[in-house]
Amino acid sequence: MSSMTPTRREFLKTSALVTGGLVIAFAAPGARRFGWAEPAPSRAPFAPNAFLRVGTDDTVTVLLAHSEMGQGIWTALPMLIAEELDADWSRIKVDHAPAAPVYAHTVFGIQMTGGSTSTWSEFDRYRQAGALARALLVQAAAQRFGVTPGDCRTENGVVIAGTRRARYGELADAAAKLSAPKTVPLKDPTDWKLIGKRTRRLDTPEKITGRATFGMDVRFDGLLTAVVARGPVFGAKVKSFDATGAKAVPGVRAVVQVPTGVAVLADHFWAAKLGRDALKVDWDLGPGASLESAELRERFSKLARTRGASAARAGESGAALAKASRTIEAEYFVPYLAHATMEPPNCTVRIDKDKCEVWAGTQFQTLDQQLAAKITGFKPEQIQVHTPFLGGGFGRRANPTSDFVTEAVHVAKASGKPVKVVWTREDDLHGGYYRPAYAHRARIGLGGDGLPVAWEHTIAGQSILGGTPFEPMLVKNGIDATSVEGVSDSPYFKEIPSYRVELHSPRTEITVLWWRSVGHSHNAFVMESLIDELAHAARKDPVEYRRRLLQKHPRHLGVLDLAAEKSGWGRTLPSGRARGVAVHESFGSFAAQVAEVSMEGGRIRVHRVVCAIDCGIAVNPEAIAAQMESGIAFGLGAVLHSALHFKEGRVQESNFHDYQVLRLNEMPAVEVHIAPSTQKPGGIGEVGVPPIAPAVANAVFALTGQRLRELPLRPAKT
Amino acid sequence: MKLSVNGAQRDVDAPADMPLLWVLRDLLGLTGTKFGCGVAQCGACTIHLDGAPLRSCVTPVSAAVGKEITTIEGLSPDGTHPVQRAWAELDVVQCGYCQSGQIMAAAALLAAKPDPTDADIDAAMSGNICRCGTYQRIRAAVHRAAGATA
Repeated sequence: MSSMTPTRREFLKTSALVTGGLVIAFAAPGARRFGWAEPAPSRAPFAPNAFLRVGTDDTVTVLLAHSEMGQGIWTALPMLIAEELDADWSRIKVDHAPAAPVYAHTVFGIQMTGGSTSTWSEFDRYRQAGALARALLVQAAAQRFGVTPGDCRTENGVVIAGTRRARYGELADAAAKLSAPKTVPLKDPTDWKLIGKRTRRLDTPEKITGRATFGMDVRFDGLLTAVVARGPVFGAKVKSFDATGAKAVPGVRAVVQVPTGVAVLADHFWAAKLGRDALKVDWDLGPGASLESAELRERFSKLARTRGASAARAGESGAALAKASRTIEAEYFVPYLAHATMEPPNCTVRIDKDKCEVWAGTQFQTLDQQLAAKITGFKPEQIQVHTPFLGGGFGRRANPTSDFVTEAVHVAKASGKPVKVVWTREDDLHGGYYRPAYAHRARIGLGGDGLPVAWEHTIAGQSILGGTPFEPMLVKNGIDATSVEGVSDSPYFKEIPSYRVELHSPRTEITVLWWRSVGHSHNAFVMESLIDELAHAARKDPVEYRRRLLQKHPRHLGVLDLAAEKSGWGRTLPSGRARGVAVHESFGSFAAQVAEVSMEGGRIRVHRVVCAIDCGIAVNPEAIAAQMESGIAFGLGAVLHSALHFKEGRVQESNFHDYQVLRLNEMPAVEVHIAPSTQKPGGIGEVGVPPIAPAVANAVFALTGQRLRELPLRPAKT
Repeated sequence: MKLSVNGAQRDVDAPADMPLLWVLRDLLGLTGTKFGCGVAQCGACTIHLDGAPLRSCVTPVSAAVGKEITTIEGLSPDGTHPVQRAWAELDVVQCGYCQSGQIMAAAALLAAKPDPTDADIDAAMSGNICRCGTYQRIRAAVHRAAGATA
């Protein structure tokens, strides 16, 4: 056994719930790392402040400080507790925690889910919660048996000493009366039984029977449904509206104006939707009405050809470029993208005399709570945030402005009624908070050996963090870290004597947000395509070329070699097929992918993707494989299809027929190989996305000789 | 209006052209059937009408009168339909929002073609979008369920 002392947080206390049993709680982390203006919320009276409860019925209920949106933490975080607790896995129950300071992210200081951080940021806290519960249960058993704790062992929810046994449920009440030890030992990794074992999801039974409750499924007596008419262009304001037609629709109960538009409340969705269709709104469009995709693209591309704010630099790249034996120049472009979560945005709000309840599939409970408090005039602890399952997140539900939550609070406040605001798919695709479009321009000089000696790289696109509460922390000297991540910190630059990475962050009326893998979603495409361009210019094998440049990066090299080996890199393929490779680090993990493609009727067909992943300790290998498959499918939609366009400020795409995403018939065979590792866990949810675009683009080049520098990839017919 | 839903007779007061999806969800409280697009492009609202798969978001409720409606809640009494078992065994679901529709589409496919080829699965299931990208496991689970029912 190795001993670990909790740092930065202390065990608070144990206490008996009204229902009995043992409750394990921690003090909230002391540091608030983000600088919002709001005062620190006080301890909320409704918050159980518990990560786990051991019931007298032997159940172990795990409360999640993070939101389950498909990534599998409903299973992985309970695994951490159950490992240390030696719990009976069949008696584990799981629920989302309420919004309360005790559940703040161990690094970011607010309650949130994002950045592929849930497992690694909770790796210690959840294991400690389990270990503490186990220590108290053992102590209670030792007292009962008249032995010392050292005489006891635990197994599958039972404390055993010699021939005596006691179930955790029998010991829970006695354990709750004991005082907590200052430190608790954690298991040595060689003693792990659950961590590292392929473990099936705990949320499957309710998700295959229709019983799982998503935000959209929240129902209670008296609840109305609202559909909101929002401006046709970004920044539009209501001048006036005529609700006569809307109010004539049977079932419509109220029409109210809110900051984002005009809401129609009705007995059910269909009446609310018909009511909105019948609404007449006169809009003051503002400058958003002049947005044109072609002009935006031209503007960003021009910017990328000029000097920007410095994100990284070394040496004198200009002089080095002048002396290079060969120079390569390239421009890349990626479009605005919507998250298009399968569950469209929605939020339910009920305002009472002394509290406001919010039901939202959200990744940002703390901000939702604070912003709802501002609107209602309540204190944050009077805002109860309930988190049902999230029907996909991908970043859309982690909005610093809490857009779909605050709007619903406004509708409930203005109407005086409990209400569920539901967005249609069209509302979602037109509603903004897109992955920004970016233009990249690179000038790269090669030496006589074909390796890069100078690299100048400029990125132009909207800042995600500018104007948000995250700006003070993450935007430094004009550089939004999320715009340049994966370029400015590229491992390749360690081998290049002179380079500079610069950034332009133009502003537009379009609202933008992180989209699964954030800056890596475009920066990996550009960097790994450029490296491929260099390899071909140098007449080197793309895997061999990367190996040369990544000698000092063993984890990059490890996954690159693993993917190359498992994909049969270098071996002959049937005629008409080719492979492409990419390797990229993101969110503390390393992924390499080899894609195998053909052309069918002028369209790209991706047949197979071999993915190697090094995410440190693999807590649940089943979930890791699933997340790689997921990231590849999500990324492929953007590689092959998705893009948003603006004409006179209007988004041209409206639903899945013209904003296309990957469908089943386009899914390649995906093989995932997990590199064994004893390093601390890294992220998983986003890490599979970045390499797929360059792997496919590089394969298309190998097959057709066409270097496609824009997403979605649009090969010329040959 | 009288409807037969999951074997039970239900009385609903709804306009004839109200989509069946919203009658099921908002009037009958059967929220397992999901809203994803409203225009029959994503398949999240798939139910069975007399055993055939149907996009309930574009089907007027009047078209279901006199027919047997089956939703995910009525596919099996205890979640042990061969498709549901295969889904559990292969850990198919992620966020889960589209999975009611996926399972209903797969169950209808297997009822019509007990041993579908990959091309059959492509044809029957490509209308059901999953943004989590569970497609590979869906395909494997359909084959597995076919083996179980054969």
